[in-house]
Amino acid sequence: MSMQLCDHADEAVADVEDGSTVLVGGFGMAGMPVELIDALIRQGATDLTVVSNNAGNGDTGLAALLAKGRVRKVVCSFPRQADSYVFDELYRAGKIDLEVVPQGNLAERMRAAGAGIGAFYCPTGAGTLLAEGKETRVIDGRTYVLEYPIKGDVALIGAHRADRMGNLVYRKTARNFGPVMATAATTVIAQVREVVDTGALDPEAVVTPGIFVDRVVQEADRA
Amino acid sequence: MNQTSQLTPVQGPLGKNDIAALIARDIPQGAFVNLGIGQPTLVADHLPADSGVVLHTENGMLNMGPAARDGQVDPDLTNAGKVPVTELPGAAYFHHADSFAMMRGGHLDICVLGAFQVSTAGDLANWHTGAPDAIPAVGGAMDLAIGAKQVFVMMTLFTKDGTPKLVPECSYPLTGLGCVDRVYTDLAVFDITAEGISVRETFGTTVDDLATRLNLPLLPATG
Repeated sequence: MSMQLCDHADEAVADVEDGSTVLVGGFGMAGMPVELIDALIRQGATDLTVVSNNAGNGDTGLAALLAKGRVRKVVCSFPRQADSYVFDELYRAGKIDLEVVPQGNLAERMRAAGAGIGAFYCPTGAGTLLAEGKETRVIDGRTYVLEYPIKGDVALIGAHRADRMGNLVYRKTARNFGPVMATAATTVIAQVREVVDTGALDPEAVVTPGIFVDRVVQEADRA
Repeated sequence: MNQTSQLTPVQGPLGKNDIAALIARDIPQGAFVNLGIGQPTLVADHLPADSGVVLHTENGMLNMGPAARDGQVDPDLTNAGKVPVTELPGAAYFHHADSFAMMRGGHLDICVLGAFQVSTAGDLANWHTGAPDAIPAVGGAMDLAIGAKQVFVMMTLFTKDGTPKLVPECSYPLTGLGCVDRVYTDLAVFDITAEGISVRETFGTTVDDLATRLNLPLLPATG
């Protein structure tokens, strides 16, 4: 299916259903698709499972979605930060579930989902609390833990530029989880700073090929 | 003129910058290195300009430069602690799955991590106090601990109330098993070896005194 260019973020997230698993890009605020998250808040989908590296910063973006009570569970590597007070309060009040996943496993589990891998053996976390109850196997004398893919119903990611084929380029460390999440969800929605004509991106420089991308919306304050 | 480059102060206990300088001294020319969040980032300040050391940050960059000064701040360019940083010539950006493949795949020469506790077997505890009200957050610590070819720990040898942090067995939840190679502290530098803990250097104390205070058998430096 070819990429759909949306005029507004509200149009891009209109069909997100209650109970969805939503992959949200960004590492802190770098690469976080704030306009798509704001649109999701307006759209009203609830009972969501959010997969993201962090559990929100300050009062905007992911933190705002959490504050509205729309998120049932967060799957992340690092929820606790100096400005994660929204998540902290919900967690301490027992109003949100948390699955802590080592950061590399979070990325690789999504990579596996996007690459059609059923599960994989990974040494990270072997012998720790985070591997409790998981299958293990000793390979060449080293203990590995069986890890399953994380697949999203929807991925919301931030990128720098898109062309009209949905090809994406990123900028500096704002790339982070974007390219992996773009492979791992049924519907992939990218917020970009600029949409350029097809042919205007150097094919050698494309990071996420358009085959992975379903919808693109240009940031409103740049449109 | 007899000028020696004596980097090692012999008086102890060392301050955190002195410990960082010791670690920087021991990082080989041209090594690929990840410096953990917090005190390990100080090591970068002590690397000689011609060291050729390439810093990796797990949010997707090699050849990271120093922290951004006023006017250099770019929200798309941060380190793993979400602090705005700069890029050096020859920098490269990549996504999270590649970044952690660099660790697990054995491509990273050294990582420097903080710790709550290190055991005589080289087990590391640095992510979770295990306190009932603590919000667990692991980030990339488990991936780094088992991934880098050499794991250096930077910590004080005792807690503020005098409890040893180099211990027969960790009481805090583990980050990784048998992963620590060397421990840099304010009072001594230790190697974790198959034969036991060997003391490389002491600062204002002796091996015998440390063995008594730690209640551990210690081996003198093997040279």
